[in-house]
Amino acid sequence: MAITRNEVLAWLKAFIQVIADNKNYLTDLDSAIGDADHGANMHRGFQAVLTKLPGMEDADIGTIFKQIGMTLLSTVGGAGGPLYATFFIQAGSKLAGKMEMDLQDWADALEAATAGVVNRGKASLGDKTMVDALTPAVEALKLSVAENVSFSEGLKRSTIAAEEGMKATIPLVARKGRASYLGERSAGHQDPGATSSFFLLETAYKTWSNSSK
Amino acid sequence: MKKLINKPEDVVVEELKGIELAHPDLVKVHYDPNFIVRADAPVKGKVGVISGGGSGHEPMHGGFVGKGMLDAACPGAVFTSPTPDQMLEATKAVDGGKGVLHIVKNYTGDVMNFEMAADLARAEGIEVESVLVDDDVAVQDSLYTAGRRGVGLTVLMEKIVGAAAEAGHSLKDVAELARKVNSQGRSMGMALTSCTVPHAGKPTFDLPEDEMEIGIGIHGEPGRKRMKLQPVDDIVEMLMEPIIKDIPYKAGDEVILFVNGMGGTPLIELYVIYRKAYEICEKHGIKVARNLIGPYITSLEMAGTSITMLKVDEEMLKLWDAPVLTPGLRWGI
Repeated sequence: MAITRNEVLAWLKAFIQVIADNKNYLTDLDSAIGDADHGANMHRGFQAVLTKLPGMEDADIGTIFKQIGMTLLSTVGGAGGPLYATFFIQAGSKLAGKMEMDLQDWADALEAATAGVVNRGKASLGDKTMVDALTPAVEALKLSVAENVSFSEGLKRSTIAAEEGMKATIPLVARKGRASYLGERSAGHQDPGATSSFFLLETAYKTWSNSSK
Repeated sequence: MKKLINKPEDVVVEELKGIELAHPDLVKVHYDPNFIVRADAPVKGKVGVISGGGSGHEPMHGGFVGKGMLDAACPGAVFTSPTPDQMLEATKAVDGGKGVLHIVKNYTGDVMNFEMAADLARAEGIEVESVLVDDDVAVQDSLYTAGRRGVGLTVLMEKIVGAAAEAGHSLKDVAELARKVNSQGRSMGMALTSCTVPHAGKPTFDLPEDEMEIGIGIHGEPGRKRMKLQPVDDIVEMLMEPIIKDIPYKAGDEVILFVNGMGGTPLIELYVIYRKAYEICEKHGIKVARNLIGPYITSLEMAGTSITMLKVDEEMLKLWDAPVLTPGLRWGI
């Protein structure tokens, strides 16, 4: 089974709603160890994406991803802006020209997206950032491809891996971003960036699992 | 939340409108993307100096746009770095043919957004140099942090570097001077209260009536440690000691001593702080050549202070004394 362009748009719409619903939650997480703006910034950026979606009805998946990246770059700001912009732009370059994608395509796209985030933010696994949710998800997707499981099963495994990665940020001492200024005091709190990244993957699983069995 | 605002999402643009109405002789305001630019920009044959950062630190940076200081400032959302398109358009608007200097405070978001903007500007044929400010001794500069924050020294750098650009120095010289300022300046801050980001609607952290945060930045984030409130002289010692030790500043050094208010601390207290900081300098044989006292780099309504010391030479002092005409800082004109 493959995911069509329309299903990609459905995932994005669902994610925009998830961000709207969790705006305060993300900001609360950021208040504990950052500067209380992650929810508002993501919401502002993805509301801008929402206004651009009608113009993307005929675009291929790669173009959709790239346009989202460019929109986020000019609307989010902070660290999340360039990082999520890079995520979508890099994923888009792997999906260029595609009107539908299979699990291999999705794994390749997320791998490139995560590599882009790592390069831009110079963060590694365990630094208490969005990389901690994304990297395990990419590993789970690659393993799913190797084991030839269904798209739906791959999405499920990547969501579980992202969730575990997100929760694993709780005891960590931050080494990147504004939370790193807190030193030891950053331990005991879940990273807001890892949380929004988990939502992105969880929403893909929830939106696509029915259509991709 | 009690604030004199309409809607959180309108605060920045409504502030910009106010600045535009208040200072048409000094600045112009560009919307979408948002930036404040010198009224006479671009100034031909002069290096353009721009900075930017999240809003909520007023008068920095927009209040420092004008003759003798910044050519443009890019305000982001409250406590959120601006976006590359803002810096790109501001860079183009101030390029007088001698290149543009970006003054970037060392925060993950600011660094990434300015990097992308500089790449885009260079692709359009504009010569760009970037200088990082990272003067906060409260943060250990190590592999395990994002590095020291850019705080109070930013104000002093913008003044001195802006004067050098005004005097016709080349981009290379202006950038070199900025790096020298950064290497010779250090800061540390503390808070008596948190502050409320308009979008968040509640204080970023809770701080009991009898406690304080030492080693805070300028974003309402908690500091390195929390402790019982103490007399101001002890607090000033706690801020000055790590600053003086860091470079270290030595007997015979001449400094600009900057006592900054975080937004909610009155001048009466800032002068009490200045008195003690001055005494500590004297005790160490450090000569306070100039001073700056007041709320210049704030953290919304946070009560607290930061102290910055910059070791100066004759050239820097001359540039510090040079005329400046901006909404937030003006002398010699």
